[in-house]
Amino acid sequence: MIQYFIKFEWKQFFRSSYWQKSIALNILMGFLALYFMLTFLVLGISIYPLLKKQFPESDPLIMVNGFLFYWFLGDLVMRFFLQKLPVMNIKPLLALPIKRSKILNYVLGKSAISFFNFLPLFAIIPFGVILIFEDYSTTTALIWMLLMYVFTLIINFLNFIIEAKSTETELSFLPIIAIASGLFALNYFEIVSFSNLLGNAVNTITANPLLITIPIAILIGLYSINYFELKKKLYVDGSLKAKADVATTTDLAWTRRFGDIAPFLQLDLKLLWRNKRPRSSIFIVVIGLLYGLFFYPNPTYQNIPAMFVFVGIFVTGIFMINFGQFIPAWDSGYYKLLMSQNIKYKQYLNSKYSLMTISAVIMFVLSIPYVYFGWKILAIHFAAMVYNIGVNSHVLLYGGSFNRKKIDLTQRAAFNYQGTGAVQWIIGFPLLLIPILFFYIPYKFISFEAGILTLIVLGGIGIVFHQKLMNFITKQYLNSKHKMINAFDQNN
Amino acid sequence: MIKSTELSKKYGGVTVLNIESLEIPKGQSFGLVGNNGAGKTTYFNLLLDLIKPTTGSVINNDIQVNKSEDWKPFTASFIDESFLIGYLTPEEYFYFIGELRGMNKADINSFLIPFQDIFNDEILGKKKYLRDLSKGNQKKAGIVGALIGNPEVIILDEPFANLDPTTQIKLKKILKELTKNSKTTILISSHDLGHVTEVCERIVVLDKGNIVKDLKTSEETLEELETYFSV
Repeated sequence: MIQYFIKFEWKQFFRSSYWQKSIALNILMGFLALYFMLTFLVLGISIYPLLKKQFPESDPLIMVNGFLFYWFLGDLVMRFFLQKLPVMNIKPLLALPIKRSKILNYVLGKSAISFFNFLPLFAIIPFGVILIFEDYSTTTALIWMLLMYVFTLIINFLNFIIEAKSTETELSFLPIIAIASGLFALNYFEIVSFSNLLGNAVNTITANPLLITIPIAILIGLYSINYFELKKKLYVDGSLKAKADVATTTDLAWTRRFGDIAPFLQLDLKLLWRNKRPRSSIFIVVIGLLYGLFFYPNPTYQNIPAMFVFVGIFVTGIFMINFGQFIPAWDSGYYKLLMSQNIKYKQYLNSKYSLMTISAVIMFVLSIPYVYFGWKILAIHFAAMVYNIGVNSHVLLYGGSFNRKKIDLTQRAAFNYQGTGAVQWIIGFPLLLIPILFFYIPYKFISFEAGILTLIVLGGIGIVFHQKLMNFITKQYLNSKHKMINAFDQNN
Repeated sequence: MIKSTELSKKYGGVTVLNIESLEIPKGQSFGLVGNNGAGKTTYFNLLLDLIKPTTGSVINNDIQVNKSEDWKPFTASFIDESFLIGYLTPEEYFYFIGELRGMNKADINSFLIPFQDIFNDEILGKKKYLRDLSKGNQKKAGIVGALIGNPEVIILDEPFANLDPTTQIKLKKILKELTKNSKTTILISSHDLGHVTEVCERIVVLDKGNIVKDLKTSEETLEELETYFSV
């Protein structure tokens, strides 16, 4: 049976249109994996001699153990974002004569051999081997290596529990960030020194090999929690079935004043609020607003206003860029409806444009308090807003006509690159970088005011020629209509 | 009303549809039958300009569908679930379509009254999004959505599949009513020979993309179709 499972996985991977379409991306991933393996290998080999050289007085093993807390914490956070429980398509298997326990053990067992558990071995084993050569007792070295691997697996299964809990609560990545930074802070300010606690624990275990049964017991415990949690979900009316949200109806009557684009505007607002992925682009706005705080108080940047232009474009445009770069993929699920209904393409696009414009204005208003750091910053933000409205929004809409990637609205957001194609990246950078150039050249040769004025004039030109630009963009969308419909029909 | 000439669609050298000429007059109830892969959905997609024809053209009420968008105001359709907007409630979906077709909320509310019995209290006012409805209920919502705004052409792909018996009977009645005064042209496809012969005055059989039969429905049509398909 297991060999069938493995075969299915293989086929699922290689037959997915995703794989077939983006071999380049897979090669990149391969190189990345290789890079990490090498880094870990180098780390494993060099850490002992390095520590010995730097701190001849202390025992390298004990020093390494003292740092384990940071490693584990980092590992946990990284896994949370990058590693998913490899649930295969369980539903079709339920009705077949396969024991449930077998499916569960396979799914969980498979996670144990994921790259994330494999990678630390590249550092653990060389370090352990060096320990043996360096007059540590072989038992100590072996127990240490075993212990590290057990910890890796503990993190592995702990992560799945955290993931399952945080998807239930809708808060996505907030809890893990809060917990991790909490632990880090407690440790850093030496309120509770987890580094020492963990280090001492590891030291004790390597000294008394029998104690390794404790972490192993924890591992078994976590595995069982995962097992029973998953088992509860193995029913079609259980969690395999998507949870139905209670619908809230809103009138949004105020959108009426936008005239014939009102129905689309309402649709977009509902889209943003009722789906996980786009909803997160609202939350990202908060992060974007605070972004200025990294730069403005920092004296290093005070004499580089070009940097502030970057921040300005980012702050006033973060929603625009986040939302705009996936037009029209947000609507990919029902694109055929939009294409056959009584809709003029231009209205549809105009609604998207209005939404982006409104967002830029709101973001500018919200960012006014930054005037605290100087009037220049307010001027830059204003210029950036005009530039975003006049230039970037049209560029984003134009780029959307090359969009060929479907977005599944129900998927969660963080580090979800679904719908992201090369075009999105290519468009993303110029949006932020070109305005810096437009500012920098007149700033360098004339004055600060000239730089600001250039941005405002460019944005103004875009606003004046809005209708003309929209006609052109609409034509692009009409030309690629069939390709888009076809692409949005594919499941990736 | 709908004229297809030299219409063909090829995918990688394989012809999936090849219609030399097919004319559907205004007010006709037109049925399309054929086994899987016969090209029924392909034909409907071509009528709606959702795919590009390899050759030929479709003219809907003097408008060539892949040249102008002006056929959209009087044409409505429901092909599959991708015509539904999952994150809307059924009411919001109907209001949205109504908005596109020039009907306000009050119009839609009164439009929906005759459908209360097929909705069976499972669709309206349930505080559920369309994505969370069962397949059958989604289909009901989609079909009703396609009837909004008195369209002159209604295209429904497999409208009877997945529907409960009450709704099937009711839907047949509605479709017959619509074509009675020769105002609305209806195009449906179905695997249920009984339903199509009951609803449609004309039935075209497709096989591997070609028209093999073009029948005016009569007493013997059902039998003829059954003999044809039982080979």
